[in-house]
Amino acid sequence: MKNGTTNVLIVGVGGQGVLLASEILTEVAKESGLDAKKSEVHGMSQRGGIVTSHIRFGEEVMSPLIPSREANVILAFELAEALRWVGDLHPDGNIIINEQKIIPTITTTGKFFYPEKVVDKIKTLVPGAIVVDAYQIAMDLGNSRLVNTILLGVLSLSLEIEEETWLKVIERMAPKGTGELNKKAFMAGREVK
Amino acid sequence: MAMLLSGNQALARGMYEYGGEFASAYPGTPSTEILQVIAKFFKDDVYAEWAVNEKVALEVAVGASYGGARTLAAMKHVGLNVAADAFMTLSYTGVGAGLIIVSADDPSLHSSQNEQDNRYYGKMASVPVLEPSTSQEAKDFVKIGFEISEQFDTPVILRLTTRICHAKGLVEIGERKTVENKGFERNIEKYVMVPAYAAKRHKLVIERLEKLKEYAETSEINYIEWNDKKIGIITGAIAYQHAREAMPDASILKLGMGYPLPIKKIREFASKVDRLFVVEELEGFYEEIIAAEGIKVEGKKFFSNHMELNVDRVRKGFIEAGVLDSSVMPESVETESVLPRPPVLCSGCPHRGIMVALKKAGVYTNGDIGCYTLGALPPLNQIDSCLCMGASIGNAFGIERAGKTEKKAVALIGDSTFLHSGITALASVVYNGGTTTNIIVDNRITAMTGGQDNPSTSKTLMGDAVEPVNLAEICRAVGVKHVREVDPYDVDESYKVLKEELDREAVSVIITNRPCMLFPKKIKDEPYTVEADNCIACGACFNVGCPSISISEETNEKGRPKAVIDEYTCTGCTICAQVCPVDAIVKIES
Ligand code: SF4
Ligand code: SF4
Repeated sequence: MKNGTTNVLIVGVGGQGVLLASEILTEVAKESGLDAKKSEVHGMSQRGGIVTSHIRFGEEVMSPLIPSREANVILAFELAEALRWVGDLHPDGNIIINEQKIIPTITTTGKFFYPEKVVDKIKTLVPGAIVVDAYQIAMDLGNSRLVNTILLGVLSLSLEIEEETWLKVIERMAPKGTGELNKKAFMAGREVK
Repeated sequence: MAMLLSGNQALARGMYEYGGEFASAYPGTPSTEILQVIAKFFKDDVYAEWAVNEKVALEVAVGASYGGARTLAAMKHVGLNVAADAFMTLSYTGVGAGLIIVSADDPSLHSSQNEQDNRYYGKMASVPVLEPSTSQEAKDFVKIGFEISEQFDTPVILRLTTRICHAKGLVEIGERKTVENKGFERNIEKYVMVPAYAAKRHKLVIERLEKLKEYAETSEINYIEWNDKKIGIITGAIAYQHAREAMPDASILKLGMGYPLPIKKIREFASKVDRLFVVEELEGFYEEIIAAEGIKVEGKKFFSNHMELNVDRVRKGFIEAGVLDSSVMPESVETESVLPRPPVLCSGCPHRGIMVALKKAGVYTNGDIGCYTLGALPPLNQIDSCLCMGASIGNAFGIERAGKTEKKAVALIGDSTFLHSGITALASVVYNGGTTTNIIVDNRITAMTGGQDNPSTSKTLMGDAVEPVNLAEICRAVGVKHVREVDPYDVDESYKVLKEELDREAVSVIITNRPCMLFPKKIKDEPYTVEADNCIACGACFNVGCPSISISEETNEKGRPKAVIDEYTCTGCTICAQVCPVDAIVKIES
């Protein structure tokens, strides 16, 4: 955590709720009295492209982009994306991987293949990698769109931020009428081992 | 109170707090949200509207400023090219009330057709350029921009970049302060740029620039942070943040005003540091000006003018320059290169059917700026050129005129883009006796930038209902005799109509008639599925490039993969079912 800044890189695929998750995390940092910045790539991402969001917080944050190998935590919403970005992890950092696979249309051309044994490959680099089947947990809770708050729950265990702050912000920022459900999903994430 | 705001949100907030009354824009990433935020949160105080293109946006904004309202015109970098005609002379007339032109540049072309450094527009027109480095400054510079505009009688460029527009940071919130609207004051010599008056105004512009240079010397937005004097860095915009993080011990001259530069201040700074660098994104704009003053400075030699900067790239530049130890760079780790994930047309996109028809017809497709540009990527591969807003119609006609091409050239343009700058090109094709086939993919929205209204959507930015323009009538009015409507979800029909028009020795327009499946409401019908036993793994459905279709683990006897459809994302548009030769794709009966 260089310069006292905590860097969280959230990666995934358009439509997975990466942007809302990073929005919530940034607000949570602000509510904890810290300086916070967030930067993401907009535009094409909603059409099945890669989404990355850089969230940085601490006493004073300068660049809105995380320098390479300075991500303290990578939160990967998708398996192949976890592999794509794992190289940005700080040597002492950790990666949280949602096991969900989203196979891009380009594989139908027969020229590109979805990577195999992704978790094994990442574990050789990051032995302590945390692997979660957030999609399954979300389905058990009754709504596939809870994946992002479940993953935030998992993430929250590696950050020193009060549980109440998280719950307050989730309550406020979850889509209308889903506050309770999202808080439940967040807590389910906190129980993942 | 502080709020987390993106640069775009903060700028909109600035319009509200500093007495802005009018805003106009054409949507363009990364600038789009500025007007949307104004319309959503500040509509009682600040009026906002979409124009059909950036030139019109600026012209209306100029009128509003002449008319006494503090005004904003927002656009992405390439938008200022469209508005440049109005802009260059606006520098001569000056303004009424404060006028800010937002140029949202896109280093790294996250969603643009070029990388372009619009600080040069400031220099070309002798107009001041402000460059915020944070969301807070994006708001503060609205105030400063209005003040400079009014004090010096000049438009002001507020130059943002993607990492300002779309990055969020803390912003202190204040109350709205209004300024008096004095109305239009008649002044022919100032506002009527016939040559005799313009020549006089040009002199004033030259004098104004001298005054602005003096302002730059004393303004607080250009300031020095003294540190170790071995290294001095002149920087601004987002590059300032990267430089500060990469070189925490260096002294920094931070430029809030990117043009004109405070040369005296720079000279003084240069004289006190051992080695002087400029860290700036894209072109060596400051560097050129500083070097031309005879000040010894280094910059682009170490910090490329290709793609946006970040802390790593700035660190690497300083390592190369021999002033930073290479141990600050962490060792990189070898990871497997993962398959690309290019954006694709959405599941159920109405553009897909016409793309499939174009592919079958074997034509060159001159595309335009919009979602349909994505048809250039595999597996559709059906866009052969894409230059700028509105270029498709002219490009297609040019190919026809060149006369060497066997395949027919077709233009493919969206409704918003056609209104932006397609109409004039179409009139020109008719006038000059062209026989091209032009397709307007009318999905009743400006979809690529996230679903903004335009004159064909029957709603304004402020939410008022209006009569939509009639695209077919416009085409007829410019002289196109053959204007046809087609349902793009009907692949055979689309192909048939396309073929007939391609064979016709006259200019024609085909207008597709299905709305975007995302905006304003997400459209979802009963999904389709592949009956695996019947699928022969021919791959025909793969070629339509729908993100809901992927390869199955099941294969045919030759080991080729069969198809599978994700029923959660399939919208039931039926296009894949229409191309399947053995009817293996069927509706899921609920
Ligand atoms: S019907 Fe076929 S082409 Fe249309 S959305 Fe569903 S899978 Fe895609
Ligand atoms: S088009 Fe029909 S037969 Fe061919 S791969 Fe697709 S589903 Fe199978």
